[in-house]
Amino acid sequence: MSAAPGVGVVTASRIFIGRATRHSLRDVESLLMAVILPVMLMVVFVYVFGGAISPTGEYLDYVVPGIILICSGFGAASTAVGVSRDLTTGTINRLRTMPVPSATVLVGHTIASLARNLFATVVVVLVAVAIGFRPDAGPLQWVGVAGLIALYILAITSIFAMLGLLAKSPEAANGYGFILLFLPYASSAFVPVETMPTWLRGFAEHQPSTPVIEATRSMLAGGGPGSQGLVAVVWCVGVIAVAIALTAWFFPRRVAR
Amino acid sequence: MKALYAARLPTVYAALCVCHTLFMPYTNAPVIEVTGLGKSYDGTPVLSGLDLSLTSGVHALLGPNGAGKTTLVNILTTLVPHDAGSVRVLGLETRTDAARIRERISVTGQFAAVDDVLTGAENLVMMGRLLGLSVRDARSRAAVLLERFDLDSAASRRVVGYSGGMRRRLDLAVSLIQTPEILFLDEPTTGLDARSRLVLWQQIRELAEGGTSVFLTTQYLEEADELADQVVVLDGGRIVAQGSSAQLKARVGGDVLQVRGAHGQLLRELPTDGSAAGVAAAAAAVAATEPTLRVELHRPTLDDAFLALTGHRAVPPDDSDTGQDVNDQSEFVGSGVAS
Repeated sequence: MSAAPGVGVVTASRIFIGRATRHSLRDVESLLMAVILPVMLMVVFVYVFGGAISPTGEYLDYVVPGIILICSGFGAASTAVGVSRDLTTGTINRLRTMPVPSATVLVGHTIASLARNLFATVVVVLVAVAIGFRPDAGPLQWVGVAGLIALYILAITSIFAMLGLLAKSPEAANGYGFILLFLPYASSAFVPVETMPTWLRGFAEHQPSTPVIEATRSMLAGGGPGSQGLVAVVWCVGVIAVAIALTAWFFPRRVAR
Repeated sequence: MKALYAARLPTVYAALCVCHTLFMPYTNAPVIEVTGLGKSYDGTPVLSGLDLSLTSGVHALLGPNGAGKTTLVNILTTLVPHDAGSVRVLGLETRTDAARIRERISVTGQFAAVDDVLTGAENLVMMGRLLGLSVRDARSRAAVLLERFDLDSAASRRVVGYSGGMRRRLDLAVSLIQTPEILFLDEPTTGLDARSRLVLWQQIRELAEGGTSVFLTTQYLEEADELADQVVVLDGGRIVAQGSSAQLKARVGGDVLQVRGAHGQLLRELPTDGSAAGVAAAAAAVAATEPTLRVELHRPTLDDAFLALTGHRAVPPDDSDTGQDVNDQSEFVGSGVAS
């Protein structure tokens, strides 16, 4: 009788990333949605509201960073659904009876989500360029933008992974996602915060989307990330750390029922 | 002199450990040993004061819905911590040695935990790699199992299109990537049609012949009767009986001679001792007065035993088999169309 040695965290993570990647590649509808919805939003904001908001036509340059952030939220929400499904179908329980660090299944979902969202982001940027977006960013700024957006996606995805763990069903997990998706709307994504009523402005200035958008906008315009860049990084790293800590705390309590 | 003995003690201990490990599978040491087990959910006791000692072999945990079968399996397979008592699987404590237990058991839960998006082969390869096989070994093992479970023609199809029986077979195949010392099966045939059930039974028998101990839960008396060396009857969180199915049947009483009328209706039952002479005497008594009646020898079933032991039937008659479920469904559809 051979005992199964099992695998460590690194190998398990690799296997689970491969699995979740297959999931996203085979779920063509979700992948299309993650790209089409932000593109439609961009078209609506630029052509429908754009004229009223900024008659000079520079609105596209203003709105693209916000659209990118919304886009990353759409894609990340499916992480919660995936985690919740693994929990309710017994997949996680089966892994827990094997010599495998079962919580790494969440790593798989998170990293695959990051890859999926980065892909969607690239498509959205290309579409923006096609309809007239002309960023002035040099190579260094592009690297900065990519890094910051990846960090933001990672932050929002780790929240969704945790929500997937807490939700009672995949449908409920999807519902939680909706709330988080509103975050970029109440930020400087579509209009400058100065135009908002005081109470909303207070919130908009002190939530993570705004510094990420401001720093991205500044870099795309060919400038540096500015002080907002530091605030954005601190926000994202903080959110990731808290989400990981909470997930580590919730995981054994949620699964051993 | 004493010091010399003390110095040798670790060597002696190591030798004992080696012997223990080597001969353990061949001794009749219990593979599952539970004493005073208690478990409650939100203050409601599910299991209380449960004692169980099982040696290698096939064991069926028989009980109605809500008896605590799944809770017991979850505790034995290290999924759920228990509140009170001690639980040892393969001689290891579930609370402190979960990792070592997991290396040596396999579990197939009540609902097939297979990945819908992946193909049958991909499911097996992924699980094989998670158990520590190389990609090449995982692939060749998957091929062997797919053939053994008659899934080779569906190997490269996504599981989402599999039938219930195919999913179960794939789920069981995943449990056998490595040969476990104990295989836990939680209601392995619930919801399966009669044919898939027979196929699964055959697989379980072959596995048991190969030396794997099997611990299965079921609400089907027939299944326990068919597969298990030992039957444990669980009712209301307590063990109400334990023994071979023959022993459990014997507790209900001996064979009876049923006297039936022209249309097969049961007229009366004559108790016998089961011997040729006893049965002949009972039959002669019937023949003397009513020579046209039919007689039938009836041996008590596990169902009778269950009824006698618990005071109620194992399964409510309306969901005692899957054929009935299918009928219920079609009735439901029919009434939907009518209204």
